[in-house]
Amino acid sequence: MISFEPTEEQQMIRDTAAAFARNELRPAARAVDEGETIPDGLIAAASKLGLVRAWLPEEHGGDGLMRSALTGAMLMEELAYGDLALAAHLTAPRLFAFPIIEMGTSAQRSRYLKPFASGNFVAGSSALVEPRYDFDLQTIATTARQERDGWILDGEKCIVPLAGESESILIYARRGEEDGVSGFIVPREAAGVLISEPEKNMGLKGLKTYEVKLAGCRIAADAQLGGDAGINFARIASQMRVAAVAMAAGLARAAFEYARDYAKERRAFGAPIATRQAIAFMLAEMAIEVDAMRLLAWEAAWHLDRGEDAAKESYLAKHYASASALKVTDNAVQVLGGHGYIREHPVEMWLRNARGLAIMEGLAIV
Amino acid sequence: MIDFEFEPQVIERLKLYHTIAEQMMRPISREYDEREHEKPWQFFETMWSAAGAAAEFQPGGREKKEGAGVGARARNLYTIATTEELTWGDAGLFLSIPNAGLGGAAIAAAGTPEQKQRFLGPFRGGKPKWGAMAITEPGCGSDSAAITTTAVRDGDEWVINGTKIFCTSGQMAAEKSEGFIVVWATLDKSAGRAGIKSFVVPHGTPGMTVVRVENKLGIRASDTAMIVFDNCRVPFDHILGSPEINRERGFKDVMATFDATRPIVAAMAIGVGRAALDFVRDFLNQQKIAIRYGAGLYRLTAAERDFIEMEVQLKAARLLTWRAAWMLDAGRQNSLEASMAKAKAGLAVTQITQKAIELLGPLGYSRRMLLEKWMRDAKINDIFEGTQQINLLIVARRILGYSSRELS
Repeated sequence: MISFEPTEEQQMIRDTAAAFARNELRPAARAVDEGETIPDGLIAAASKLGLVRAWLPEEHGGDGLMRSALTGAMLMEELAYGDLALAAHLTAPRLFAFPIIEMGTSAQRSRYLKPFASGNFVAGSSALVEPRYDFDLQTIATTARQERDGWILDGEKCIVPLAGESESILIYARRGEEDGVSGFIVPREAAGVLISEPEKNMGLKGLKTYEVKLAGCRIAADAQLGGDAGINFARIASQMRVAAVAMAAGLARAAFEYARDYAKERRAFGAPIATRQAIAFMLAEMAIEVDAMRLLAWEAAWHLDRGEDAAKESYLAKHYASASALKVTDNAVQVLGGHGYIREHPVEMWLRNARGLAIMEGLAIV
Repeated sequence: MIDFEFEPQVIERLKLYHTIAEQMMRPISREYDEREHEKPWQFFETMWSAAGAAAEFQPGGREKKEGAGVGARARNLYTIATTEELTWGDAGLFLSIPNAGLGGAAIAAAGTPEQKQRFLGPFRGGKPKWGAMAITEPGCGSDSAAITTTAVRDGDEWVINGTKIFCTSGQMAAEKSEGFIVVWATLDKSAGRAGIKSFVVPHGTPGMTVVRVENKLGIRASDTAMIVFDNCRVPFDHILGSPEINRERGFKDVMATFDATRPIVAAMAIGVGRAALDFVRDFLNQQKIAIRYGAGLYRLTAAERDFIEMEVQLKAARLLTWRAAWMLDAGRQNSLEASMAKAKAGLAVTQITQKAIELLGPLGYSRRMLLEKWMRDAKINDIFEGTQQINLLIVARRILGYSSRELS
């Protein structure tokens, strides 16, 4: 039966994340965007949230919450409402741990998950995007060749979050022309792995990302995620897209609310500018877009929670959110006018972040 | 718990509605678009007797309707789902189906149990009947608080004077069946919104005359009437809601109807939009063009991109509409969400149907196909039950916390 009512557990997670976003992420966002490092206190506070640990099976030292894409979407929206870059940074370890929890062999789970049970922030990452203008998830060009005693990986990845800080990286590659995409757990120190200096991007500056080159990188035979059975890559891709759509909703909501509040304060021609239809209608459309993005994320997530790969749903939702998040953040800058262009207000930062979110894949996972 | 699937019994009912749309509406769709003002009486009779059998084809009879056993807790959701199916068939024919219509919705929302029984009871049997709602006047549309039609008490009666336009099914309700018109009139112009009340005027009441039936861009199977009330008298107990003027409440009672009807109009839009989308998809498939979901910008053709955009816009509109109806079923205040859904769906479907014609080029423009008709039909959803702009205004007021005086 159709319902839009989150469960009590979902509402609790939502509220907790919202409070964290408001109290920790938002106040730190601008300084980090300007180049300062993320405060230790923020990392410590995030670790208490247990963004990985809560969903880690009890046998691996976690709280063993049942994973749900819907819950994940709600969490990601709230965190991104605080700050998109910090949200992506703090949840990057999920990119490594979650596919291992869901699709790893029991040996892989035992070997790689333990560190994430600790109360400290443990970096983790996955490498998906490749530095080509015509990249998409169906044309991954990084290859994995099976040798007698292992795999040899070749290719280039970019926008890999926390690659320089992670012990191991989950690399998505193709075994052959005919095969689908597989995951490979690659130690950062493996021979043939070359990690660049942190990338310099237009936005998302609070998220350290790297280029990762794989040149004849030799890894062990048991490094393929899920062993011979492999993985359901379509499902992982959808989990990433749903996260992106939910984050777009959160980011857009932040921009909408900021512009709304500003428009009620700012006076022109003797009245708050929000009392003019030209501004009020922009705000109304922004509010509608935020809700539309959230509902599209929820619907795709709901399919995932039923065990489907939700490939079409998540693709459509991402298509929508990419345009919508940009439109809403651009409108927010517009509502503030000249002030929106000045770095004292956060809206220009949100516009830059939205541009990044719209073109990227694999920045987060639900 | 969040869920995006109807119950199995509703899904079964929707299949039945789809069959009606496909086998009874589509075959006569073009005919009653071209023969405007002629009526598909055979279709009416069939729908009316089917309604009698199933007691659920009556949007206006919502009060008693428990179609497919979903009961009151999912009544509005059920209505919008069936509406989408039927307007997929034909929006004009859907609007012309004999039922209590928007007038019935007003009675269901604001009438006493006795009034509901008296006015809606006849819709459960006998000959096909129509109910209608008359709000708009030549001098005011969106600004419904500015209406000039008056109702004056005279002993046990109300005397109504004024002219109403754009009354959907007005002719069928006032003259061609034993139906009724719910008319908005002011008791006291100086009281502003608070003075506006609605009255049930039964068919054939002396002083009520249909003076014109409009020629329209689309939804031509549905009649849109101009009705003059000239010293038209109805009994005192034909007023809906309290006869007292409450300046505090304003016209919240009459406006409350829109919380239920706006999601329905959004669903009507979505039905037409889906018809166009399905048609284009089938057409592309025949040309061996498959939409490559998942492909990136450089591999998609412009046509694929357009289609994807149309598809997800429709989906976003549908989700917003479902939410608005769900809130109403859950007993929550949904004015904001109803207007969001209506504004989004009206615009999205206007654009979707226009783009659909573009994708088919001269074939889309030809009256041999129904696409051009759907574009004409779709547009009304961007206008009636509050234009896109009026709904944006309502959304804006709600999100800003402004009164209608502060943001006009």
